[in-house]
Amino acid sequence: MELSPPPVRRLPLEGAPLNGRARRHAPAATFPIERMRVEDVSIAYGPKVAVNGVSLPIRKGEVLALIGPSGCGKTTLLRSLNRLTELTKTATQTGTITLDGTDTARFDPTALRRKVTMVFQQPNPFPMSVFDNIAYVLREQAKRRPRRAELDARVREALAHAGLLAEIEHDLGHPALRLSGGQQQRLCIARALAVKPEVLLLDEPCSALDPQSTQVIEELIVRLREEMAIVIVTHNLQQAHRIADSVAFMYLGELVEYGPAGQVFGAPREQRTRDYISGAFG
Amino acid sequence: MAAAVETPAVAELELSAPWRLRDRAGLAFAWLLGLLFCAIAAAIVIYLLTQGLRYVRPNLFVTHPAVGFSESETGGFLDPLIGTFAVGVMAMAIALPAGVGIGVWLSEYGRPFALARAAESTIEMIAGTPSIVLALFGTLIFQSGALGFLSRTSNGVVFGRSFFAAATMLSFVALPLVVASTREGLQAIPGHVREASYAVGKTRAATTRRILLPTARPSVITGAMLGFGRVIGYTAIIVVLLGSTLRLDAADSTPLLGALRGTGSTLTTYIFQNAPTGEGNQPTKAYAAAFVLLMVVLALNIGAGVAGSRGKAHRWS
Repeated sequence: MELSPPPVRRLPLEGAPLNGRARRHAPAATFPIERMRVEDVSIAYGPKVAVNGVSLPIRKGEVLALIGPSGCGKTTLLRSLNRLTELTKTATQTGTITLDGTDTARFDPTALRRKVTMVFQQPNPFPMSVFDNIAYVLREQAKRRPRRAELDARVREALAHAGLLAEIEHDLGHPALRLSGGQQQRLCIARALAVKPEVLLLDEPCSALDPQSTQVIEELIVRLREEMAIVIVTHNLQQAHRIADSVAFMYLGELVEYGPAGQVFGAPREQRTRDYISGAFG
Repeated sequence: MAAAVETPAVAELELSAPWRLRDRAGLAFAWLLGLLFCAIAAAIVIYLLTQGLRYVRPNLFVTHPAVGFSESETGGFLDPLIGTFAVGVMAMAIALPAGVGIGVWLSEYGRPFALARAAESTIEMIAGTPSIVLALFGTLIFQSGALGFLSRTSNGVVFGRSFFAAATMLSFVALPLVVASTREGLQAIPGHVREASYAVGKTRAATTRRILLPTARPSVITGAMLGFGRVIGYTAIIVVLLGSTLRLDAADSTPLLGALRGTGSTLTTYIFQNAPTGEGNQPTKAYAAAFVLLMVVLALNIGAGVAGSRGKAHRWS
């Protein structure tokens, strides 16, 4: 019997850049508003410089994709936006990051992280029920108040926001770790949305998921950009092409090129960007 | 086809290699030691099981021990049984919160670094200290005038032997086990779970209280059970610090406090007393008590195993 090879998603080769239309149907954001600004930020782990002099705007109403090969500093830059880099003892940072004009260094880190929430590469729900995962975030620090009944509406709202409510509405007491990978990741997004953040950071949120779950989450991300600024780190150029409005290409800690997605993918200004996008390295 | 011809030749070469025999001998030796170990453990349990079943009578559990020369005169081991559980519960009431606290601090904070290392080696040192040394140190502390309220005092002389004294020193025996299992449970939680909590604006304390400790609970329970089992198996500390009196001997007439300030014994000292070499010399009673003690410790160990395996139920991808 003749076996046909499975269909392959090809990255465009040299000479055939990613210049097709983005696959999503959502219209481009009407009027992006700048929420955060990264100004000449450098971050080092001990003597090793991970991010070198990066400046960027982060706007509500658009999805900003940080792309680049492994170790180029894109995750470090993302983590610095809500000061998670501070958890690494050796990390040092220069330059300023502002949120609505206020230097993030002046915020209490816990207050900042409720305005700028993050979703990680690995789905990491807490080992408790779906309800409690969201309720934990809504409660103040380690308190038990407010009680379950008072939180019910807000928990459901967050789950609905992340497009998960319909699937699990009948059993919010289900252990979160028994959900499928895609559901777990959407629960993590719901958790990040529960505190009504102004900026949502996503660190390769789909890399551990199957294509179908990825599609669901990509549609969700595109939908959410009307309400908040979204920054996504991705290895997957196709994904960046599908969902991003702006793209920042980083290489060896430096911001090589920043611009609208159509321009960066269609007509990159820099040779390194062109090489990376065409698959010459990465 | 060529590959099919070559394969047996390679296998033959490996079989005839000189290290193969030594490897086999080593493996056989390891097996032998393993079986020997199992056989010894089984022998202890089976011997005590048969002896115990022969001598355990229900009324032993409900009669007070007494001084006498024959089996019918010396009563049962009600008081040592109560003493065993009292000492175990009291020691764990100290060791569990302290051990969990130290475990959390070492695993989640560990600052300043030098203090954390010092605490670590202190705990290792406590784990390695002979119990009689702990007992001796205990008398030194509990015979001081300031702690006189924890034991019997007559004419200004502090007796220094009480449930409080014994349980306090026994808590040091359980502490290393509780610390180790708490740390183990916390360290099994991946770092990205902590980060997920920090990333939604939770403090380290809130994360520890609401996420990490509940997740590590099976490990903590395992440690508590092992600690309890260890505590109730100690003899020297009981002889020196609990007085090893045959019956519970309250210091005064205050209901509970008086008894806890007083002296008593546990199953271990009861066995020690009644062993063929002991003062009481009632071997049948000693076997019965040993059987009961062994059963309690085995049950605790099995319970610890069950609690530990339940903790492995949830895992992150």
